[in-house]
Amino acid sequence: MVTTQNQAAPVPRAPAPPAERPRRRPRATSGTGRLAALLVSPTLLVLTVVVLYPTLVALKDSLYGTPGLNPKTGFVNESDPFVGLQNYGAIFGAAGARFWNAFWNTTFLTVTTVALETVIGIAMALIMHRAFQGRALVRASILVPWAIPTAVSGLLWRWIFNSNGVANALTGQHILWTTEGFHAKLAVIIADVWKTAPFIGLLVLAGLQVISKEVYEAARIDGAGALRQFWNITLPLVKPALLVAVLFRTLDALRMFDLPYILIGAKKTSVETLSMLAQDQAANVRFGPAAAYAVILFVYVFLIALAFVRLLGADVLGDDGPARTRRRWLPRRRTEVAA
Amino acid sequence: MKSRTIRALQSGGAAFVGLAALAACGPAGATKAGGRPTFEGRGPITYVAGKDASGSVQEMLDRWNKLHPSEKVTFVQLPTDPDAQRQQMIQNAQTKSDAYTVLALDAVWTSEFAAHRWIDRLPEDRYPLSQMLKPIVETGKYRGGLYALPFSSDGGMLYYRTDLLKQARIAKPPATWAEMKADCAKVRKLPEARGMSCYAGQFQKYEGLTVNFAEAVNSAGGVVTDAKGTPHVDTPQAKRGLDFLVNSFKDGTIPKDAVTYQEEDGRRAFQTGKLIFLRNWPYAYPLMAKKDGSSKVADRFRTAPLPGLNGPGASSLGGHNLALSASAENKATAIDFMKFLSSQEIQRFTLSRAPGAPTYEALYKDPKLIKQYPYLPTLKQSILHAVPRPRVFRYGDVTAAIQQQVYAAMTGSTSSAQALKDLQQTLRQQAAGE
Repeated sequence: MVTTQNQAAPVPRAPAPPAERPRRRPRATSGTGRLAALLVSPTLLVLTVVVLYPTLVALKDSLYGTPGLNPKTGFVNESDPFVGLQNYGAIFGAAGARFWNAFWNTTFLTVTTVALETVIGIAMALIMHRAFQGRALVRASILVPWAIPTAVSGLLWRWIFNSNGVANALTGQHILWTTEGFHAKLAVIIADVWKTAPFIGLLVLAGLQVISKEVYEAARIDGAGALRQFWNITLPLVKPALLVAVLFRTLDALRMFDLPYILIGAKKTSVETLSMLAQDQAANVRFGPAAAYAVILFVYVFLIALAFVRLLGADVLGDDGPARTRRRWLPRRRTEVAA
Repeated sequence: MKSRTIRALQSGGAAFVGLAALAACGPAGATKAGGRPTFEGRGPITYVAGKDASGSVQEMLDRWNKLHPSEKVTFVQLPTDPDAQRQQMIQNAQTKSDAYTVLALDAVWTSEFAAHRWIDRLPEDRYPLSQMLKPIVETGKYRGGLYALPFSSDGGMLYYRTDLLKQARIAKPPATWAEMKADCAKVRKLPEARGMSCYAGQFQKYEGLTVNFAEAVNSAGGVVTDAKGTPHVDTPQAKRGLDFLVNSFKDGTIPKDAVTYQEEDGRRAFQTGKLIFLRNWPYAYPLMAKKDGSSKVADRFRTAPLPGLNGPGASSLGGHNLALSASAENKATAIDFMKFLSSQEIQRFTLSRAPGAPTYEALYKDPKLIKQYPYLPTLKQSILHAVPRPRVFRYGDVTAAIQQQVYAAMTGSTSSAQALKDLQQTLRQQAAGE
């Protein structure tokens, strides 16, 4: 915000420079502008190479189909046929069942895991926030699941959910978790919540620690109970941090790939997510549909992120408070600043 | 020469990573039109294979490098996971890179790689194919041409508990499914066999399921796909094959848990004494025969050919073949190196290091090797009756469709008749190139 103001301010003034220092001023600002451009250019270059270019190529690829087999020679045709939006249209056709299954799986897993993680994460944060002996140890141990690579925790939970594993031994059931069915979804949810609730917990903890104690003292004097304090003080004040945590988790969960892939397995209808579907298509040398699915997922993730920022006012960049965020997307705001 | 964008593969699932992965750029060109490829150029090349667990690959390469100092071979080691290996090889082919020369291809990838012209057709007359077991040589062929040179094979065998069969007064291992069930009924009456299950294979929803399904169908006299890649699964024979699996789950011949079994789960169940019969690959033999206490059945098991409907069954074939990357350089050296690496002498050396299935008939009769690996005569029988898995250029889709339907039938969500009908339809659509 600050840099925007500095850069934006001189531009409208430039056509009508003040009379006192006609020479020095443009030189100084243009020098700063040039320096800024110079300093930013490596970042822009990297972004172009690693984000913009691949995105554009994927968009282009998603317009191409899969080459067929020439029945006479037995060889696959040389070039991919241009099919336009057919790869996107296919999801509404008869063959779209797999896509929609993956889409609903992705959405279902995201909603359930993030909801559970938020509740458990807040609980963890409240516990960690209390002053007690061995708090450092508790904090460190809550971090452990988050520190374990997802692939490893996938293997770990596969052992737990083995037919002779701990999960069945503890519950006294004989559930074959890694087969198709709702229990496979449940296994993924449990493993994911175990792994990522600490992430939300830590971000919320950071939010809790900046709330001043006086607010609670005042509330106590006013006779507010613990629940009321939590609802009317803790939750609103921790909201910016919580929203960012939930947003990050949501975006992560939408891209979920390795946990269901390792824990339950590839091509399992019950847990196949959009990422897994795109990967499977790419692995079978169907880059067109794979790119189309990746683009759809990209758009989906983008829309969710946008909804978070716009509707809930999530402060992703951390440059202003919740009040200013809400004002930021009022249309006249920027011109006001510039003028 | 036509230029087009080449995409790279990556297994990462993230949207951004996915987008990025689909977009590596490189030059491309059409392969030489018509005519047989000429193998020219001598110089350093690479050998590309999955992670070498036995540690003997480098030793073999050292042997070659000593004899051919100007045509050194470098070992490019890929991950253990077959999917990851395939992706890296496809990526190399798509970008027309010359980084990979000789590829250790999984036997089932031959058609796909040949159809895409990622590998060259090989000169058959330069290799001693007649000394190899015929079903193994078939795995390297696509539309009658040799595209991959047999290097190592693999066949399924029936592991069985000699002690329990003996106690139940059963003279020889079962040759048919009915015999196997009858034997189980006898053995289970023994007090030692309390709580044991009869039989298991690899029935988790993955490649192993395709292997086991194909074996059941072939062992009942059916075929999954014929030599032209046309599917024939909606037949009475195929149904009898699938019914064996489905009914065995229903009547408890196969334990319910086995629907989650991969190779290692079955091995563990067998060697802790939970199974009377197990279908597995040769690799498991030395592990189960270990006398360090890890296996409870070390001295108490043998191998037999897989049982079938009316007699010995038909195994699926695994293993790796050597193929020549179409975009490689120094192909003359590569052709010679492939001959060296697939030679009988090298295979004998490899087998002395780690269990496996050689491609040469002579090695199955070698008394020294038989002493080390008592399964060899059984394995030879198994391979002689073996049928390659479907040889289709979109193997990935075919195996996915098989897994989908067979798993549904085994877990009881569809009937076997319906599963096969749906499978036939899917496979026919795939064969038609949709």
